Amino acid sequence: MIAKRIIPCLDVKDGKVVKGTNFIELRVVGDPVALAMAYSNEGADEIIFLDISATNEGRQTLIDIVRKTAENVFVPFTVGGGVRTIADVTTLLKAGADKVAMNSAAVQHPELIREASYRFGAQCIVVAIDAKAFPDGSWHVMTHGGKKDAGIHAIEWAKQAEALGAGEILLTSVDQDGVKEGFDLPLTQAIIDAVKIPVIASGGCGKPAHIAEVFKETDVSAALAASIFHDRTHSISEVKSLCQKEGVSIRAVELL
Amino acid sequence: MIAIVDYGMGNIASVTMALKHLGHDVVVTDDSATLKQASHIILPGVGAFPTAMEEIKKRGLREPLRHMAKTTPFLGICLGMQLLFSEGEEGQKTAGLDLIPGKVSKIETPYILPHMGWNTLRVLPEHQEFLPLNDKHVYFVHSFAVKTSLAHIVATTDYGTEVTAIVKQGHIYGMQFHPEKSGIYGRELLKLFLKEAVSV
Repeated sequence: MIAKRIIPCLDVKDGKVVKGTNFIELRVVGDPVALAMAYSNEGADEIIFLDISATNEGRQTLIDIVRKTAENVFVPFTVGGGVRTIADVTTLLKAGADKVAMNSAAVQHPELIREASYRFGAQCIVVAIDAKAFPDGSWHVMTHGGKKDAGIHAIEWAKQAEALGAGEILLTSVDQDGVKEGFDLPLTQAIIDAVKIPVIASGGCGKPAHIAEVFKETDVSAALAASIFHDRTHSISEVKSLCQKEGVSIRAVELL
Repeated sequence: MIAIVDYGMGNIASVTMALKHLGHDVVVTDDSATLKQASHIILPGVGAFPTAMEEIKKRGLREPLRHMAKTTPFLGICLGMQLLFSEGEEGQKTAGLDLIPGKVSKIETPYILPHMGWNTLRVLPEHQEFLPLNDKHVYFVHSFAVKTSLAHIVATTDYGTEVTAIVKQGHIYGMQFHPEKSGIYGRELLKLFLKEAVSV
């Protein structure tokens, strides 16, 4: 039976992992490659890097990180953040990324999804959707780090992204992100019902029970979390034990 | 020396890294003279069946690969495994390398496609050397799968239907999942293939 995937997300800025505050148990503090290796050893089913560098130097460092990760981490990994052109996608895949996630640029130029998918295959094209609830009960797509309303409905955009060739959707609830009160279950299920490609739920995970909850209450394929792992308050194996106890099919943690 | 066939289809970097990590010399090439020197040949691949066969033919590799597969341990990964078979039904019908009888068609499942993620291997009991991998998770990403006689199947996986996961005929191996992305069990599977040696 296929396992539900548990994915730690690393926000990378100018070559360092940011946002996580308390990496005491890890020797190389804030080093993205070391963290990715540690997470994969702990049983992460996949790793996502989101680059939030604002400078060209930062982008260059990212390529280095991708290359070193590919040399040392033997689970799939996705790179996103600032992917604007086919050249960006090509560079990241060539450096060894398994998948590339695109967000704002895909909203502005949906053809980017089609072209990337045609060239490299749907399996490596992830469309990241940041969605925010509106009073009329709909969800709007937000761009530019969740700050700008793109004026389109998240459900419609998800369908369009699939039709253009997206292989997977990384769905972040802007409302829940950082709040640590659990994933947005209605939003997650609404997007899953609209498409036939895997959906990754993101935004709102504050404890292992939230991951078990999104797996039990929706048909989501994967759950992403950042702070609960970075703060070392909870380990990936702890999340997996809980999921297993609650009857969620997961990949058993490989002890090295 | 292990040769990885470079025919312009997909992520060759990760297979190369995984083999180097296991301590092997690796060459990535589309030159048949270099391929002939190899102790093992790996045919990776991500993408569509017809395009892949076209790229192989464009490089004049179809016949050399067919020939070398008779004398050199040969592993097809993902699309590379599908290409080992007689025919693909992705888009238009296309002849494969025809090293093992069988065809490649879209997975018929009530579940979503692609079949993406970690799924468990069900090893057929007669394949003893693979039995330690029974029930272990490996990483799949595909929408098409191989249909072949049970005689060639080593392991399957369950995705609402039985999906061929590992095939073997003599020293020709195929893995539908990505052993290079499947953690320690993926490494074990690569090692099993690399143990294969052919005395000519």
